[in-house]
Amino acid sequence: MTTLHRSARYAVLVILTLIFLTPLVWMVITSVKTYNDAQQIPPGFLPNPFSTYGYEQILGNTANPVLRWFVNSMLAATLHALLVLVTAAMAAYALARLRFRGRGIGFALIVGTLFIPPTSLIIPNFVIADRLGWLDTLIVVIVPGAASAFGVFFLRQFFLSIPAELEEAAVLDGANHWQIFTRVLLPLSKPALATLAVLSFLTNWNDFLWPIYVLFSPERLTLPPGLGLLQGAYVTDYPVIMAGAVLASVPVLILFVAAQRHIIQGVSRSGLKG
Amino acid sequence: MADVIEVGAAREDASPPAGGKSRRGVTQPGNRATPYLFLAPYLLLFLTFGLLPILFGLWLSVHQWDLQLPNRPFVGLDNYQDLFDSESAIYGDWWSSVRATAIFTVFSVPLLVVIPLGLALLLNRSFPGRTFFRAVYFAPYVLGVAVIGLLWRFLLDANLGLVNRLLGAVGLPADTPWVTDVPWAWVSLVGVTVWWTSGFNAVIYLAGLQDISPELYEAARVDGANAWDRFRNVTLPGLRPVMLFVLTTTILASANVFGQSFLITQGAPGEETRTVVWRIVDEGLRDNDAGRAAAMSIVFALALTVISLVNFRFFRYRED
Repeated sequence: MTTLHRSARYAVLVILTLIFLTPLVWMVITSVKTYNDAQQIPPGFLPNPFSTYGYEQILGNTANPVLRWFVNSMLAATLHALLVLVTAAMAAYALARLRFRGRGIGFALIVGTLFIPPTSLIIPNFVIADRLGWLDTLIVVIVPGAASAFGVFFLRQFFLSIPAELEEAAVLDGANHWQIFTRVLLPLSKPALATLAVLSFLTNWNDFLWPIYVLFSPERLTLPPGLGLLQGAYVTDYPVIMAGAVLASVPVLILFVAAQRHIIQGVSRSGLKG
Repeated sequence: MADVIEVGAAREDASPPAGGKSRRGVTQPGNRATPYLFLAPYLLLFLTFGLLPILFGLWLSVHQWDLQLPNRPFVGLDNYQDLFDSESAIYGDWWSSVRATAIFTVFSVPLLVVIPLGLALLLNRSFPGRTFFRAVYFAPYVLGVAVIGLLWRFLLDANLGLVNRLLGAVGLPADTPWVTDVPWAWVSLVGVTVWWTSGFNAVIYLAGLQDISPELYEAARVDGANAWDRFRNVTLPGLRPVMLFVLTTTILASANVFGQSFLITQGAPGEETRTVVWRIVDEGLRDNDAGRAAAMSIVFALALTVISLVNFRFFRYRED
């Protein structure tokens, strides 16, 4: 009875695994097919022959500089994650540990913006970015998104969960707030900081709506708008399009495998605030 | 332990001198400027790209603000009125996008509330491989909408796609126009989104399930409750706050759908699957009418706020 029950559970788990993974496997398989092979109706399940055609197309491509997009995405996501980390941690320290005028109202205002759909700010933010001369530069996909209240809220909650005794001991030793922040609180907060860094990197790496409207020049694009361009240029030449998709997936899948615990914890903690 | 108590006790006495000491240096504890210095970098970002756009959006919405023209006259509520005036040029497109967004939201949200709950229940108990399966179900979510959009456009291709290929292999019709005709386009958009984001909601549910005290289940079992009773009387009530969170965030996420229809159905057939967010950015950034697009954004944000509030009310009412 229990064995039957357990077998049934595993059967369901395996079927679900197939549903979730088959599309990703198909993406990789197609990326190593030839054009003609991918045009077969119905499509064959394995590449025949195995081919690097798709990857050759995107690597030596001057009209669609996919490698350049990859570098742009890597730079943007890394710098964005750093910017979020530094600004949110400093602000969260002030909000969690320091007393000052306007703290209550300031925090309420910041958290209040969590309830405003970011898509509704795109038009004014576009005009603001334009005024700053940031359109079609990498800055425009790095900086504005760091205004999100999520990081501040997330780190403040974490800092509040750390007992203040250690910091009080540091105060008695004559440490100032900057020293307490950098030498006591931040080292204690490594898991939360890692989580925020990974989530910020992912969000930025995957961002699509904003970059397709604020980046124009082919060599300035990040991967997501670039992939859209690739789809427009290659239409049904699926090995090329899938090779691009694989290139955009590999870094985040590696990051996910390496930092799975941080990502999953970050997501579950974001749920608990509700 | 003794250390902690000592420090705690010492702090009470040491507080006034610590405050006095602060006058020596800029960043000493107690200095008035310190909190603001810590806040300044984030505040600069927040004011420029978090708060200013809210106010600026309101300003734009009462102007005829063409991005390409220097003259931007005040037009009062005209931009808003156009959205509700069946004579206006934008009326048809706007309400068609509202309809598309509503269809997507109404069909995707129930699935995205129920299916992830099922996944979470399946993964809740500890068994070998649990972490692996959780990671697999979550994996699609770490890919961006650009990747999953391109991927599913291909998988759902009527001739070259894997979906029709597999359906054909088991003897089902193999020529369904998944991305070019309704209702299939809706089935595709909703299905892809469920595949893409269920793992995310499941992880949130899992955290909620872990928070339900095992003693409650034990007590129910002692009272002779069967599995279904325990689910209904222990699990569901215990999950209510988490469910409210999942429901609210999922409604918001679904209402903001853009990339899926932009890449997978590309609005087809006709403009039937063009969503509100797509309409807003097209109006503002392709057709350059930032004023009207800002008015649309504000109406949209208000509508979502009302829906969220109703949601909270309903759930709180149910709780009583």
